[in-house]
Amino acid sequence: MTTTPNDTSPRAEWPLYEVFVRGKRGLNHVHVGSLHAADDTMALHHARDVYTRRNEGVSIWVVRADAITASSPDEKDPLFAPSGDKVYRHPTFYDVPADVPHM
Amino acid sequence: MNQHTSQHESVYDGLVEDHGDVSGQWAFGTSFEDPLAGVDTTMPEGVDGADLAAYCLGLGDDALVLSHRLSQWCSRAPDLEDDIAIANIALDLLGQARLLLARAAAADPAVVPVLPEGSPAPDEDRLAFFREAGELRCTRLVELEHGDFAHLVVRLLLFSTARLALLHRLAGTRDPVLAAIGAKGATEVTYHRDYAARWVVTLARGTEESRRRLLAALDELAPWHPEQLDTHPVATRLAESGAGVDPAATAEEVEGVLAQVLEEARCPWPEAPRRGGVRGRTGRDGMHTEALGRLLAEMQVVARAHPLGRW
Repeated sequence: MTTTPNDTSPRAEWPLYEVFVRGKRGLNHVHVGSLHAADDTMALHHARDVYTRRNEGVSIWVVRADAITASSPDEKDPLFAPSGDKVYRHPTFYDVPADVPHM
Repeated sequence: MNQHTSQHESVYDGLVEDHGDVSGQWAFGTSFEDPLAGVDTTMPEGVDGADLAAYCLGLGDDALVLSHRLSQWCSRAPDLEDDIAIANIALDLLGQARLLLARAAAADPAVVPVLPEGSPAPDEDRLAFFREAGELRCTRLVELEHGDFAHLVVRLLLFSTARLALLHRLAGTRDPVLAAIGAKGATEVTYHRDYAARWVVTLARGTEESRRRLLAALDELAPWHPEQLDTHPVATRLAESGAGVDPAATAEEVEGVLAQVLEEARCPWPEAPRRGGVRGRTGRDGMHTEALGRLLAEMQVVARAHPLGRW
């Protein structure tokens, strides 16, 4: 069991995992939700049971939620607002042919 | 704005495929396959219809009854994720039961209970919901009353180990429908066995209490296990005509797999003798425990109250 050192009682909550699934046509893994599991292997099996039971996926990633470093909502403006008016960063001045895939 | 993000493209698009009126709905799943698509459903030559029906009823009833037992765990599993896993397994088995009972009805229409004129119930529903306990052909292992979670995973291990060995061999038999059911079911039951085996090992090597419960479940259920591997005259005749599998032929493989799991779990196989039949008759002969009658009473009550109902 993967429990933190001060969290060893059998009744302690299992750690949270985030689940990413790649669909048959999908090119990348998409975040689909989260679940609790005792360890990585169990998380993978739980993800299969909970998130691919309707034939959605061909590949699963799971990662401990506490291993993810997330940006803070407080920093939203300094991080993201500056790119809001930089229209020249979008390649919208090119004509993309209709048959170019995955753009 | 980028011209592509402006088309309301969803990050879930890669997970879905178009299928008619529910396209783009991730929650509805995608591209399901008919397990019997392209399979020749005519009866193979030289196979007795009554035998094939009885054989399909046995395998179908095993799946039907254990599916119901597992579905009774809904909302009672130790955590949400296992609750869904158990419900998935129950649904897999229900799917197998449906195909097998439908095949039994096609092989010998005489096995299908007669309902009032105008009942829309398909043959497999008639077989599931309108037979008495004595007409079911499941082994007694699947019908036994519930115990705790350890009881659930031990029963599932014993059942899925025996069933997987059988389904693998069924995939190579002469009845194209049974062969297709065997091939489809094998992938499902491979997962069920893996699920059960992982929990058996986890509980056996977990805490003192989890090990105590696991050993108690094993003590209770092991004596019912050998019935799964019994030869029955119907299975013998079908195996001779190439359309079925004699369970006894799987015994070595089944015992080998169980021994491997129990070794990993550091559990001895209980020494208690097997449960005998009543005057030599067991589940495959329609001789059941009291538990089956109670299970059927609950499972069948609504269908029996409305034999003309459409579901």
